[in-house]
Amino acid sequence: MDPKRKSNLIVSIASGKGGTGKTTVSASLACVWKKPVLAVDLDVEEPNLHLFLNPEISHQEKIYLETPVVDESKCTLCRMCSDLCQFQAIKVMGETLLTFTEMCHGCGGCLAICPEKALSPGQRELGILSQGSSLGKISFLMGSLRVGEAMSPPLMTIVKKRMMEILGKERADAIIDAPPGVSCPAVCAVMDSDLIILVTEPTPFGFHDFRLAWESFSSMGKPMAVVINRAGLGDSSVYRFCDEKKLPILASIPYDRNIAQAYSKGQVVARLSPELEHKFSDLARELQGYDREAAYA
Amino acid sequence: MRELIVISGKGGTGKTSLTGAFAHLDREKIICDLDVDAPDLHILLSPKVILQEKFISGNEAVIDQDKCQSCGTCAEMCRYDAISFKDDKYLVEPLRCEGCKVCVSFCPEEAVEFPPRYCGNWYVSSTRFGTMVHAQLFPGAENSGRLVALLRQKARAKAKEEGRNLILCDGAPGIGCPVISSLSGTDLAVVVTEPTPSGLHDLMRVAELCSHFKIRVAVIVNKFDLNQEQTSKIQDYCRKNSHELVGNIPHDDIFTRAMVEKKVVTEIRDSNMALMVKQTWEKISDLL
Amino acid sequence: MSRIAVTSEGPTLKDMVDPRFGRAGGFVLVDPETMEHEYVDNGQSQAMAHGAGIQAAQVIADSGAKVVLTGYVGPKAFQALRATGIKVVQNLDNMSVGEAVEKYKSGHVDYASHPNK
Repeated sequence: MDPKRKSNLIVSIASGKGGTGKTTVSASLACVWKKPVLAVDLDVEEPNLHLFLNPEISHQEKIYLETPVVDESKCTLCRMCSDLCQFQAIKVMGETLLTFTEMCHGCGGCLAICPEKALSPGQRELGILSQGSSLGKISFLMGSLRVGEAMSPPLMTIVKKRMMEILGKERADAIIDAPPGVSCPAVCAVMDSDLIILVTEPTPFGFHDFRLAWESFSSMGKPMAVVINRAGLGDSSVYRFCDEKKLPILASIPYDRNIAQAYSKGQVVARLSPELEHKFSDLARELQGYDREAAYA
Repeated sequence: MRELIVISGKGGTGKTSLTGAFAHLDREKIICDLDVDAPDLHILLSPKVILQEKFISGNEAVIDQDKCQSCGTCAEMCRYDAISFKDDKYLVEPLRCEGCKVCVSFCPEEAVEFPPRYCGNWYVSSTRFGTMVHAQLFPGAENSGRLVALLRQKARAKAKEEGRNLILCDGAPGIGCPVISSLSGTDLAVVVTEPTPSGLHDLMRVAELCSHFKIRVAVIVNKFDLNQEQTSKIQDYCRKNSHELVGNIPHDDIFTRAMVEKKVVTEIRDSNMALMVKQTWEKISDLL
Repeated sequence: MSRIAVTSEGPTLKDMVDPRFGRAGGFVLVDPETMEHEYVDNGQSQAMAHGAGIQAAQVIADSGAKVVLTGYVGPKAFQALRATGIKVVQNLDNMSVGEAVEKYKSGHVDYASHPNK
């Protein structure tokens, strides 16, 4: 672990299945967090956290991926670049070296290998990074993928780097709202956190994807805990599984039409009733008191 | 042959429950689950696997410790921070490796191997509603866009073989690689949304993506009675952008009850919901 | 007349045209005058993660063929073929490789100006 940020706790809120309440839990936790906190939306494909935290955005920038540009006068068609490229982003076609910018993964291999220095760095827009603050006490950071851009991990990586810079300066904790799923974007979102909260609902779909997420994230060896949303719906499989795997269920939010309605108005669930506020405060306290060293031991 | 995909942008709006019901209502189709990352349709359809194949895609770097001289070139050049130095050894973290081959090419000792990556499995199965093509990526694997393309190819071949005129696909959430891949060649995208700020926000992004690829959009508002004001906003948005509104489905836990019984909602007899879903499917069929 | 490339499900003139360009089973390279032909396998494209169409375009460019007969070509492959001056005839499926070449020789085909996929 990076010793520079030992005093910061990074918690990821993930789920497997979409729509189980990641954003609800992230927004609620951010609102009741006792220490300075940075809320980070890493669901760059469909970022929603800002809809609940309503941050004032103070800084926005476009984020780019470095892609190659060809100087035809220098290119000798030696094909070293195209032989290296695994993504078919640069190709010799007859007497021309063509680039397919949207295929490029930004590995930089072609630029490094060209013996003629015929390639220079260009760029492809990945999306927008926004920074701001909410309610005067929550720092806010999000990435928003450009519609039409296929790759989300490069943008997520840059947002995470910015998160680390902010944490280095502000001594705040971070709450990450992760994307759904269990493949590369979801793994990319949670891999640098200290603790992963899996939000699920006790339905067959919710349980199935929860299990996939647990399998996927287990290999990272990070501590995981569970929040059950819409408790009372569905069946008991998720409870049995948590019991079997010794996964602590830290909070349970009831299945309640009023909560669904409040969410539909963009309200933060922790603010709905003293009871719900207590629930999230307890959850926050539990997470904040979390002893990272013990969990790694 | 027509191809239809059910997507949502935001997860958990009810895509898969509705796709399962549509699979029940249409007799002349091949079913295809394109959410290869966290697929759920099989939970409703209990497929019997007829064919299972490995999905191998791309390569990954592996350092041969006998040859490695610890010069650090690989770690320095890797733009994905996938190579770390631990216990006097350079090691590739598979979850971070992009498979770009830069470390393989620049290693002065030729100490980096580059084996193909076994990313998951794909299946052709039979279900009570017909043939289904589906897959499961291994946890943490990547390249789901390529697997999506492969499944669609297989579904087309199956449709041709069985003389079916429709491929009914359940899509992934989001707007990235797997969704883009699942849109290519589709005739109609049915977007299932909900009357919440997230539902509308994500609908707008995914509909913009469809328009970018010139794909027609139809919209279903699930749980429409949860917030009439938001539902009106969605309806206005659809009208302004000429997206066909094909259904308003009320908030009802009958979907979950059906799911627990491993059934689709139209299999629950004498329910009002079954009728509403059927009417929605008829409207969609008219657009195909 | 220079050679033409036909996307094919197999190595002979009797095999069917593979409607896919990038992920075609292979390419039959035909001399339209003598009908002499050779086969280039494209099976490895099935396992490719990305850009099979671009890769296939390079195979065709390297073969020296100046015309491609096929079913569907995507935008990136089309761009690649066009950059090398290779002409594309699309929508030729449901026929054998030999029939596609005859159709081409009879002049009843149009060169595509846009990709059809």
